Amino acid sequence: MNVRLIALLLWLPAASLAQGFAGLGSSAEGFALPEPNPTFTFPSDDGAHPDFRIEWWYLTANLTGDDGRDYGLQWTLFRTALTPTDGTGWSSPQLWMGHAAVTTPDAHFVTERLARGGIGQAGVTAQPFEAWIDEWTFSGPDSDAILRAAGPDFAYDMTLQATGPRVLHGDAGYSVKSAGGQASYYYSQPFFDIAGTLQLPSGDVTVTGNAWLDREWSSQPLGADQTGWDWFSLSFDDGSKLMGFLLRGDGDYSRATLIRADGTTVAYPDGAFNAEKIVQSQVAGRGVPTTWKVTLPDAGIDVVVSALNTQSWMDTSVPYWEGPVRVTGSHTGRGYLEMTGYE
Amino acid sequence: MIAVTFAALFGHWRRNPLQLFTLLAGLALATALWSGVQAINAEARASYDAAAATLGEGQFDRLVRSDGQPIAQDTYIALRRAGWLVSPVIEGRVADARLIGLDPLSAPGGLTPVGLRNIGGLQDFIVTGGRIFAAPDVALDGAVSDPAIAPGTAIADMGTVQKLLDRPNELDALIVGPQQPLGQTSLDQIAPQLSRQVAQGGSDIGQLTDSFHLNLTAFGLLSFAVGIFIVHGAIGLAFEQRRATVRTLRALGVPLRLLVCLIGGELLGLALIAGAIGVGLGYLIAVFLLPDVAATLRGLYGAELTGTLQLRPIWWATGMAIAVGGTGVAASTALWKLSRMPLLTGAQPRALAVIAGRGVKVQAAVSAGLLCTAFVLALTANGVVTGFVLLGALLIGAALGLPIVLRAVLGFAANRSHGVVSSWFWADTRQQLPGLSLALMALLLAMAANVGVSTMVSSFRLTFVAFLDQRLASELYVTAQSPEQAASLVDFVTPRVDVVLPIMSTQVKIAGRATDVFGARNHATYRDNWTFLTAGKTPWKDVHANVAILINEQLARGADLTVGDVVNVGEQPLTIAGIYGDYGNPIGQAIIAESLFQTLFPDVRPLRFGLRLPRKKVDELVKDLQSEVGLPASSAINQAGIKAHSLAIFDRTFTVTTALNVLTLSVAGFAILMSLLTLTAMRVPQLAPAWAMGLTRAQLGRLELIRTVMLAVLTGAIALPLGLALAWVLLAVVNVAAFGWRLPMYLFPWDYAQLGVLAILAAGLAALWPALRLARTPPADLLKVFSNER
Repeated sequence: MNVRLIALLLWLPAASLAQGFAGLGSSAEGFALPEPNPTFTFPSDDGAHPDFRIEWWYLTANLTGDDGRDYGLQWTLFRTALTPTDGTGWSSPQLWMGHAAVTTPDAHFVTERLARGGIGQAGVTAQPFEAWIDEWTFSGPDSDAILRAAGPDFAYDMTLQATGPRVLHGDAGYSVKSAGGQASYYYSQPFFDIAGTLQLPSGDVTVTGNAWLDREWSSQPLGADQTGWDWFSLSFDDGSKLMGFLLRGDGDYSRATLIRADGTTVAYPDGAFNAEKIVQSQVAGRGVPTTWKVTLPDAGIDVVVSALNTQSWMDTSVPYWEGPVRVTGSHTGRGYLEMTGYE
Repeated sequence: MIAVTFAALFGHWRRNPLQLFTLLAGLALATALWSGVQAINAEARASYDAAAATLGEGQFDRLVRSDGQPIAQDTYIALRRAGWLVSPVIEGRVADARLIGLDPLSAPGGLTPVGLRNIGGLQDFIVTGGRIFAAPDVALDGAVSDPAIAPGTAIADMGTVQKLLDRPNELDALIVGPQQPLGQTSLDQIAPQLSRQVAQGGSDIGQLTDSFHLNLTAFGLLSFAVGIFIVHGAIGLAFEQRRATVRTLRALGVPLRLLVCLIGGELLGLALIAGAIGVGLGYLIAVFLLPDVAATLRGLYGAELTGTLQLRPIWWATGMAIAVGGTGVAASTALWKLSRMPLLTGAQPRALAVIAGRGVKVQAAVSAGLLCTAFVLALTANGVVTGFVLLGALLIGAALGLPIVLRAVLGFAANRSHGVVSSWFWADTRQQLPGLSLALMALLLAMAANVGVSTMVSSFRLTFVAFLDQRLASELYVTAQSPEQAASLVDFVTPRVDVVLPIMSTQVKIAGRATDVFGARNHATYRDNWTFLTAGKTPWKDVHANVAILINEQLARGADLTVGDVVNVGEQPLTIAGIYGDYGNPIGQAIIAESLFQTLFPDVRPLRFGLRLPRKKVDELVKDLQSEVGLPASSAINQAGIKAHSLAIFDRTFTVTTALNVLTLSVAGFAILMSLLTLTAMRVPQLAPAWAMGLTRAQLGRLELIRTVMLAVLTGAIALPLGLALAWVLLAVVNVAAFGWRLPMYLFPWDYAQLGVLAILAAGLAALWPALRLARTPPADLLKVFSNER
């Protein structure tokens, strides 16, 4: 799963934490709800599901530059429906939000876009695949996709090749998010090779690396008491990968998926995955944990996850922390960390 | 002891209610004019802020179609998809309100009444509700009132407005966001039909209207100064009369410090009461004047103002502060004198010795210093602020010099007079002068302001009328709705008129300033009618050779350009061949040849045309245009119509000035009345001997009246040159700095004569009651003078 629902905070008053972080725990009346044992069909499920309230296409990448430095990249498109109604043109209830970021060891560039659905300014088509908002685009087949975004002070232009299969989280893609049974549909494509150019104030950098795409849609994915989460996507040097999240609320709730190098998965129930804060940093005037001890004893995983740049703060309509991390311990590797709800 | 001492002191006001009234009324009037002006200014500023916040006017660049046609919604999407962070705007009118459609998601921050932080509001705005937000002065069914929206304006979502106006997929403009991403495709490649209008930082409403508000503030300050003269007089008089009380209290053992504190506290209390009354009156003045100010601002600058006034804490506070501060200034001399008064000094009232001895010399020196400063500034001042400093120095210097000049004149007259009564009259007048001088200063200032401002306004009007005659040479002006209609219109009228003069313009930057550039056809109309402030030998010939440009005075002064300088229009360098007056226009303007205009701006097609034809055929042509071309009546305006419209705007513009003039003059009249009333009672001891020696009470009353009128005439004689100097400063210094053009000064002797009569009438009326009172003083009171003689 990826509880990266940040976006949605945007769509609801920040004060309504009684309804979970970003209103993700608020009522979903009138919208479609995820059902257990789903059957996804591709490529059509790569496209949008407007009957559901929220949805995202969330891509993060760990990169290495020709200058030998580590970089991180984020490209995200969020969709939210204001009402469970149809509507065309300007009266479409669909709203879109894009976030793009590039993280270097000493800088973090971030920018945001907002758009109305129904007028062509943003959207997602499944065949041929294209997700876009303004001039930002993520498009093309798995074997040869392009990814572009730009802000006032940075831009990137990348190509991607999938080297493995899509991966379903939870139970065949039905990912439970709380003890109360809230859930979402959730799959990933964690096997992208990525290459391209980062345009930064200090100059252009040619980069290569791995990218991880998360796809998730739901209508009420959080319990009303859940106020934030810590989400990890780690790629180990042995080719295996780990997705794990910790939802913070009246009682913490965790889930994890171990992805083997061949794409087969093992899903773990609540409590198997643990994440413990080790070091806290001052970020944007608040304390945010930027070094974690992550354990999944059932899989022999006991690692320390530390931020490449502790100041990877997403200063967007709904602020959160999202950035590349380094992994050491029983396994080594790289990954991405997302943390929300740190007020 | 404190209470008893205070009661003893305050007893003075109980015995002299008229003095108390003078003090309170003077202060209240002064505060009223000041806070009224402040209220208007505060209201106007709030309206500008709302306007700026509503549309980002002046803050953001805009993309529009050069030909004024709507922008297709697809163009908007194409621009967004090419990396242009623009936001759509559509505009129309519904039920007398300006209805604006925006997109809350793409609009730069703060432009829309709903945002992402308010999800319910957003939903209501863009999906389900079609919610409209409107300024409080807009009556639209179901609209939510929002004081942050510009007056006369309503805002709704783009989709709602497109539906209401029945203009699906059409936009009027695109607001360019303040930050744009890297790698943006150029505008030419995406939407070559659009041109970018640069936000007019240099001529935005706030800056433009600043000078107007500075004018108002200066007027308010002037009125306040006049009021403070009254207060100063009243306090000075009261202190003189209380000398005996003060001496007695001190002799009884009351410490001086306590006395000073008590009197200070008493004055503070009175100032607060008068201030509160004044602010209340100021509110009424503002309510009364605001519609005119709104009309002025709309006419001069196109700035919208609500006609309603809100109580704003800021001018309550400044009103009270200035009342207290003014009292402090007025009372400082008196308190200082009190604190230095020897305990055993004589208790005789010295009411009429307010100005004497060393004081006169100091006053003369200050007056001379201020007038010298004014003279130096007159030669050097070049900004609005220095212009007003010059005005201040001139007016205060002249006011302080007035008693000295009057004294000299009266002394001269006394030396020349023969006969007992006339000698006594001149001597008595001279002796009275100190008591009246403050009121006379007020009269001087009021009259001078009247002369100055009316000269400025009338000069402006005369120039403006001549300017309209020069500019509006065509007999008929028509406006087409679309380029197609324009084409058929030209085809239709060409055989019926002497010549068709297209009026086409677009906005560019010249020398870094936003400028409307016009393309002019090569025709005698321009050559014959256009007058220049300065020009080369053959300005029009050079223009039509496509090597020259004509610019208006505003641009020339603003960018410091003169004839012969070279400026660029786009990439095209052009020599300035002439500079012309362009009154009433806040921004730069330039004229180039029609052919060059078409080369530089091929997309701009004229929709407006000036038609030259014999005057008597105008009506017939208008009828034909309606029936044959389908041009609405409102789209054809004859020359007389435009002139009348322009003059109406002009006249409304100065209604406020006139109203403030009248108010200031009234305050001065009040000052004279109060001074005379307070003096009357005190003058009985001086008049009693004259009465005893055979002058009748009626004669005495008549002499009182004559004296006041004579003093008013003398003051008026000084006010006239002072007023003309004031007018010169306004026209040649303040106006140039504030508006960018210099106006020729004309004289209006008839107006001055009227004003003089009015002022003398005011002074006479003010003197009438005191004179009558004097004439009716019971003989017993006059006799009492002798029995009371100490």
